[in-house]
Amino acid sequence: MGRVFRRPEKWSIYRQRIFEEVQNIGYDSIGLVAIVSTFMGAVLTIQLAYNITSPLIPVYTVGLGVRDSLILEFSPTIISIILAGKVGSSIAGEIGTMRVTDQIDALDIMGVNSTNYLVGPKMIAAIICNPFIVIISIALGIFGGYMAGVLTGEVSGNDFIYGIQYWFQPFYITYALMKTVVFAAIITTVPAYFGYHTSGGALEVGRASTVSVVYSIVIVLTFNLILTQMLLQ
Amino acid sequence: MIEVKGLNKSFGDHHVLKNIDAQFHKGQVNIIIGQSGSGKTVLTKCMVGLHEVDSGTIEYDGRDFTSMSFNEKKSIRQDIGMLFQGGALFDSMTVEENIMFPLSMFTDQNFKARRDRAQFCLERVNLSEAGKLFPSELSGGMKKRVAIARAISMKPKYLFCDEPNSGLDPKTGLVIDQLIQEITDEYEITTIVITHDMNSVIEIGENIQFIYKGEKWWEGSKEEILRTENQEVVDFVYASKFMKQVRADLAK
Repeated sequence: MGRVFRRPEKWSIYRQRIFEEVQNIGYDSIGLVAIVSTFMGAVLTIQLAYNITSPLIPVYTVGLGVRDSLILEFSPTIISIILAGKVGSSIAGEIGTMRVTDQIDALDIMGVNSTNYLVGPKMIAAIICNPFIVIISIALGIFGGYMAGVLTGEVSGNDFIYGIQYWFQPFYITYALMKTVVFAAIITTVPAYFGYHTSGGALEVGRASTVSVVYSIVIVLTFNLILTQMLLQ
Repeated sequence: MIEVKGLNKSFGDHHVLKNIDAQFHKGQVNIIIGQSGSGKTVLTKCMVGLHEVDSGTIEYDGRDFTSMSFNEKKSIRQDIGMLFQGGALFDSMTVEENIMFPLSMFTDQNFKARRDRAQFCLERVNLSEAGKLFPSELSGGMKKRVAIARAISMKPKYLFCDEPNSGLDPKTGLVIDQLIQEITDEYEITTIVITHDMNSVIEIGENIQFIYKGEKWWEGSKEEILRTENQEVVDFVYASKFMKQVRADLAK
């Protein structure tokens, strides 16, 4: 792990690698995140509206509930878990294939710090991109919730908008982004570790990819519990 | 010259390299031969620093590689070119980018100078038209030639070739052998080839080291290896019917 944070051989190449990874890890994930978030918000709205049956609870609480659920849990955690599957398997597969085809040895023999060159830019790119992705996810989740509420007639547009503005806690956004940054580090470094230590052939690369995703998800969930306890205490 | 002294390497209880002493000479194609599992690849990986050694030293022109720090080793590694069995070309880069990669990483040359050098190296291996192709579009022989081009792009002092002919037809294998020989002569580098291909040994071998069960068992020239009475070497060299016939003819 220490070698990941060593000074790169050449900053210009390292910077270029970060931009490439921003494209791979961040930009290329937006489509999936957009679809998942929109549907997630829509389903949340319908479920909340369905479960709020008491006339004492105002309808706008659906908007409030959707907003807080998305900010506190769904967008940072569920999206990170989805990215652990998409990005994590790709990282483990890429690095694992490089390992079994001697490409990592080739880097080492050239004198390139292979962990720094391969893992560092992925981690930095995820730490930069994932907070933006989570913000997009929150926005699209709320949009999906609004559309579902209005189209099904469960919640009026005005009630939903009132609900998402009601008793807003700015710290929740900070909390969500702090979690996202930690999760971004996990979903890049864990698969990179498994990929880097692969040996054998295609079967082992596939296995490393699967195992890395499982470990990433478990670690993300564990840290979710720890961070929630620490930050919302 | 590369000098290995008293080299030992174990993996757990398995003692793979046992007190190896060997010299690999400048301007010569030095060949390491031996059966599968004899330790030749481990020896090479120790020499290039991919494996830490248990004891012993590896000296590159008098500089002790084994006692160097990670950063100190970098300077020697930049003098090393390596041709891997499968080529080990970077899949995500074109052939030209593969060759330019070490230049981009370790020199301050501008893009044009790097591209010119890459083109020169490609011409040297007779692949001047392949610059824009990706490794997946190349044949096995072309991959090896590109790997040689990448290995020589930094004008190395030491060239390691791990089974350069594996998976190639005899004619393409001969082309690779001749290329290795020409490059060694042209740049006067210390070349080390690991192989079990006796054609390569006879074709380009100048200083041959035979590894047997982790020990340096025999050393000599290609003329000497054909006439040696060392039983283990004889069993290895004359394993095929064709080579047995060669031996019978030599005896006559």
